[in-house]
Amino acid sequence: MKDEITREERVDNLKGMGCSRKRVEDARFTQGKGNYVDDLKLDGMLFGDFVRTPYAHARIVSINTEEALKVPGVLAVLTAADLEPLGLHWMPTLAGDKQMVLADGKVLFQGQEVAFVVAEDRFAAADGIELVEVEYEELPVIVDPFEALQSDVVLREDLVAEDGSIPDGAHGPRKHPNHIFTWEAGDKEPTEQVINEAEVVAEESMYYHRTHPCPLETCGCVASMDKVNGKLTLWGTFQAPHAIRTVVSLISGIEEHNIRVISPDIGGGFGNKVGAYPGYVCSVVASIVTGKPVKWIEDRMDNLMTTAFARDYHMTGKIAATKEGKITGLQCHVTADHGGFDACADPTKFPAGFMNICTGSYDIPTAFLEVDGVYTNKAPGGVSYRCSFRVTEAVYFIERMIEVLAIKLNMDAAELRRINFIRKEQFPYTAALGWEYDSGDYHTAWDKALKAVDYDGLRAEQAQRVEAFKAGKTRKLMGIGLSFFTEIVGAGPVKNCDILGLGMFDSCEIRIHPTGSAIARLGTISQGQGHATTFAQILASEIGLPADSITIEEGDTDTAPYGLGTYGSRSTPVAGAATAMAGRKIRAKAQMIAAYLLEVHDNDVEFDVDRFVVKGAPEQFKTMKEIAFAAYNQAIPGIEPGLEAVSYYDPPNMTYPFGAYVCVMDIDVDTGVPEIRRFYALDDCGTRINPMIIEGQVHGGLTEALAVALGQEIAYDDMGNCKTGTLMDFFLPTAWEVPNYETDFTVTPSPHHPIGAKGVGESPHVGGVPCFSNAVQDAFRPFGNTHTNMPHDHWRIWKTANDLGLHG
Amino acid sequence: MPKKMHITLNVNGKEEEFLAEPRELLIYTLRERLNITGPHIGCETSHCGACTVTLNGKSVKSCTMFAAQAEGAEITTIEGIGGPDNLHPLQEAFKEHHGLQCGYCTPGMITRATKLLEEIPNPTEEEIRFGMAGNICRCTGYQNIVKSIQAAAAEMNAAQEAAE
Repeated sequence: MKDEITREERVDNLKGMGCSRKRVEDARFTQGKGNYVDDLKLDGMLFGDFVRTPYAHARIVSINTEEALKVPGVLAVLTAADLEPLGLHWMPTLAGDKQMVLADGKVLFQGQEVAFVVAEDRFAAADGIELVEVEYEELPVIVDPFEALQSDVVLREDLVAEDGSIPDGAHGPRKHPNHIFTWEAGDKEPTEQVINEAEVVAEESMYYHRTHPCPLETCGCVASMDKVNGKLTLWGTFQAPHAIRTVVSLISGIEEHNIRVISPDIGGGFGNKVGAYPGYVCSVVASIVTGKPVKWIEDRMDNLMTTAFARDYHMTGKIAATKEGKITGLQCHVTADHGGFDACADPTKFPAGFMNICTGSYDIPTAFLEVDGVYTNKAPGGVSYRCSFRVTEAVYFIERMIEVLAIKLNMDAAELRRINFIRKEQFPYTAALGWEYDSGDYHTAWDKALKAVDYDGLRAEQAQRVEAFKAGKTRKLMGIGLSFFTEIVGAGPVKNCDILGLGMFDSCEIRIHPTGSAIARLGTISQGQGHATTFAQILASEIGLPADSITIEEGDTDTAPYGLGTYGSRSTPVAGAATAMAGRKIRAKAQMIAAYLLEVHDNDVEFDVDRFVVKGAPEQFKTMKEIAFAAYNQAIPGIEPGLEAVSYYDPPNMTYPFGAYVCVMDIDVDTGVPEIRRFYALDDCGTRINPMIIEGQVHGGLTEALAVALGQEIAYDDMGNCKTGTLMDFFLPTAWEVPNYETDFTVTPSPHHPIGAKGVGESPHVGGVPCFSNAVQDAFRPFGNTHTNMPHDHWRIWKTANDLGLHG
Repeated sequence: MPKKMHITLNVNGKEEEFLAEPRELLIYTLRERLNITGPHIGCETSHCGACTVTLNGKSVKSCTMFAAQAEGAEITTIEGIGGPDNLHPLQEAFKEHHGLQCGYCTPGMITRATKLLEEIPNPTEEEIRFGMAGNICRCTGYQNIVKSIQAAAAEMNAAQEAAE
């Protein structure tokens, strides 16, 4: 049998890995046919919403729900007293702490949930909320973690023994009632010795401010308890639906097989939708109490003020080097403000996430990291906002320390990076703080980036600009921001990564249909990343069926295999690997079927794009489509009918994507307005599955980085009032503020990943924040600036210029 | 409680008539009363534009307008812009140029873009960025949204020229 099309055409027809396949999700979304949780409407559905405290720290004297219950349409008002008999007035956090579901005697941050009003619609609920009378007795408010560690004011009396002693927390001994944990990595004494004996030491303190992931869709859920068959269905904005099912089962006592969790379309997550929130618990309880479905949807203010802040790290560092600039040691201390409850979403053994990747892309022989977690009267959280477990903080820290060291050495910061990069031949490289980097070629990426932007030319132009500024010919300074980042993603190996005891593997299950199309289900859930498009591409290349013939389904725990969800850029490294491995199981069985059909030995056929061919006789073949049909219509001796496979993938290591970014910025010293003239981003995410989607992820991640570096902040006043509770105050860039980005790449596959892919969604955010910040700082370097804290909004930039005496 | 108001609207070419409380916001009328769930709620303060509809020929954020204020209005939502058999060039272009990711802002974004291209049929990049600044996207960084709108404008202008 002769082919009518070429091998190349057969490859193209699959739309497999490496092509910019258009997204299959978009037909629905562009026609307004997405299915987000707030679109869900069930018969008799009720609406629940919270009474929230205006005080950041107060005792609850009384709660009177009488008037609220008289409001037409209000059916119930839940308080902690109602939840206590069920043991649901508190819930475990992902960080080993516990959190009040509804205020139990006191409140610890402004906006905390005090009572849950259940009504026939959201307007009636709002009326009910107005009429719940809560009497508060104000307590002293602490919004500063350093003050918290000195204060006599105890925020969490529940964590102090009756005799006043301080029991250990989930992560070991605690030093003070408001202290949560101390976490260490690396070697303390050798690092101190290196720093004491170093030729050059640069020191800096920096504050990585509090911000928020703020997806355009807020968090929400619909809980529906079917009392007839005892089954609970919970739809919601869950980045980890299977983990949510297990958590709901553990805290409610409902058996896991009687709980079905469904994540429908999710309108962006960025880390906001990983954790479990009081709204979920209250909706479930309200549905059980009323026997009706109950919907809870945050408004924007609820979202910004209560669920899942990110960062709030006070970091101090010392970096030691030789006079020539070879780094010899690094020390980092972090005071981490976790708010009223430790509700970080990190793997259990990592209370400061992967902050211990803070040696970055550099060959630093000795290092020590210490993190102290602290309670304050601020919202709980500490999630990974578009990053893998605090890697954003780590990369910001090291990329600022490098710049500070360059200033101390009076050296070019690009050259300082180059002479300290881990060299290509050193991989796999074990860093001083313990991680084993899988692969990298940093020098090639760096050289490519610097050449692309004509780095030397930029520096020459900058020097001219400084002269012109000093001569009074311009009021604009030029900043060149550099960053070279190494990410650590794809959590993670079950041996050291778990959440609430659940190993962080992921999964894929494939069913090939008789006519040669397929459905694959995964333990992850897309929030815009385009999984339905890209996972089908992986499978198309692995099993030789067109991506257009493969449906990808995620997010329904009744049908999808168990997995830990989508965050920390883990979908491609973990579930993508599971997909490839499950595909290979399909292929292995297909090979046996093909050999049977071709009447040769199994080893005499080989896979070729979309078929198995007889070795040395490519005109004899069976296509995967033919094989699929045979799997269902032939009795093949020794082979079960059907063509299905499942794979649970426990990654042997994390993956380590990296990248080289350069930002060129003009700053008006009189207005403080930064204008981004150019942004070049080179990403190496290993094997590239869909270049179009990679580029889109880079654009988006950079824009979120721009936001964080240049203005986005969750700020509090001394009373614990959140000053940034609406989009009026919380900076989300519009098309007007955002530049065009130039994207580029190198490809250094992961040696341990089945297809060599490393993940990319968070890289641009992780590398972008220091790049934008370094550009601002660099503009002021000729005038004596060493470091200023983010966010670099117009006021702060103006203030920097003013402090440096640039306003004459 | 104030008396309910009698409201008539024309939404996507269909006459609608109902009684609503004076405080009912237009976005809830659309989403919950009429089951038109394309427009989304993102901020409830007019900042994000996820709820954008066209009302009597203007782009309007339906989260901060009372249904009663829209009495007698003609409203077009994403559902009225194009469907499976008659996709609008903007809908095609957003798919073609990866102008969306999570999809949450997309209905408002495309709805606003239809008006922008009516106002300025051949916009510069700067005009697009300014004209779309009332619609926030958290995923794309806007670069491909701009590209999508440029492509749709070119497509629509070419079709227009061919028709003339």
